[in-house]
Amino acid sequence: MANFDQELDASGLNCPLPILRAKKAITQLETGQVLRVVATDPGSVKDFEAFCNQTGNELMESGEEGGKFVFLIKKS
Amino acid sequence: MPDQKRMAIIATKGTLDWAYPPFILGSTAAALGYEVEIFFTFYGLQCLRKELNLQVTSLGNPGMPMPMPMPVLLQALPGMQAMMTSMMKSKMKSKGVASIEELRELCQEAEVKMVACQMTVDLFDFNQNDFIDGVEFAGAAKFFEFAGESDITLYI
Repeated sequence: MANFDQELDASGLNCPLPILRAKKAITQLETGQVLRVVATDPGSVKDFEAFCNQTGNELMESGEEGGKFVFLIKKS
Repeated sequence: MPDQKRMAIIATKGTLDWAYPPFILGSTAAALGYEVEIFFTFYGLQCLRKELNLQVTSLGNPGMPMPMPMPVLLQALPGMQAMMTSMMKSKMKSKGVASIEELRELCQEAEVKMVACQMTVDLFDFNQNDFIDGVEFAGAAKFFEFAGESDITLYI
């Protein structure tokens, strides 16, 4: 996995909390910085894709690691 | 942002389960960059009270999953509604579902505008002080001012 600037652990949280927490974390980043999100909600896979499509942030990676879902989002 | 998308919601229900959709959709839309206004009317006003006491019951709601089959008359016994409400709350907590209080705060932080229907506030003899800070009190015309310029309008 690529480097990241900040990490958000959204494990155990259910919709829409992972997205809301991620949105808050991204707000605090500079353009071009990367947020790594770890989540356990299976719905978050489609949700982060949709979130990035609509907000214009780049979903660099979306995958699974040790039974959890991991996303890398670059702020644009 | 002149081309910011907008969503308008009318929230009419005041039970624990039905309090979720307006706050979930409102907070999520705000996170996606929407400007959001929610117009609370009739029983939906319960969602704006400082002290929330939202309940859920299986009465008149055969779709609600129950841990065991239960005759309707039993469901109507005193204390059953409180029991179902606390079961639902603990289930939600165990599944990582946010509380209504939490989602409502997230909506407030995201500047989701919440409007209480003045006519139903009067109808139920509610006091403006019963409601959380930041609530506006207005009528149907106020809703249309925003909804008429919205991309999405929902009635919940």
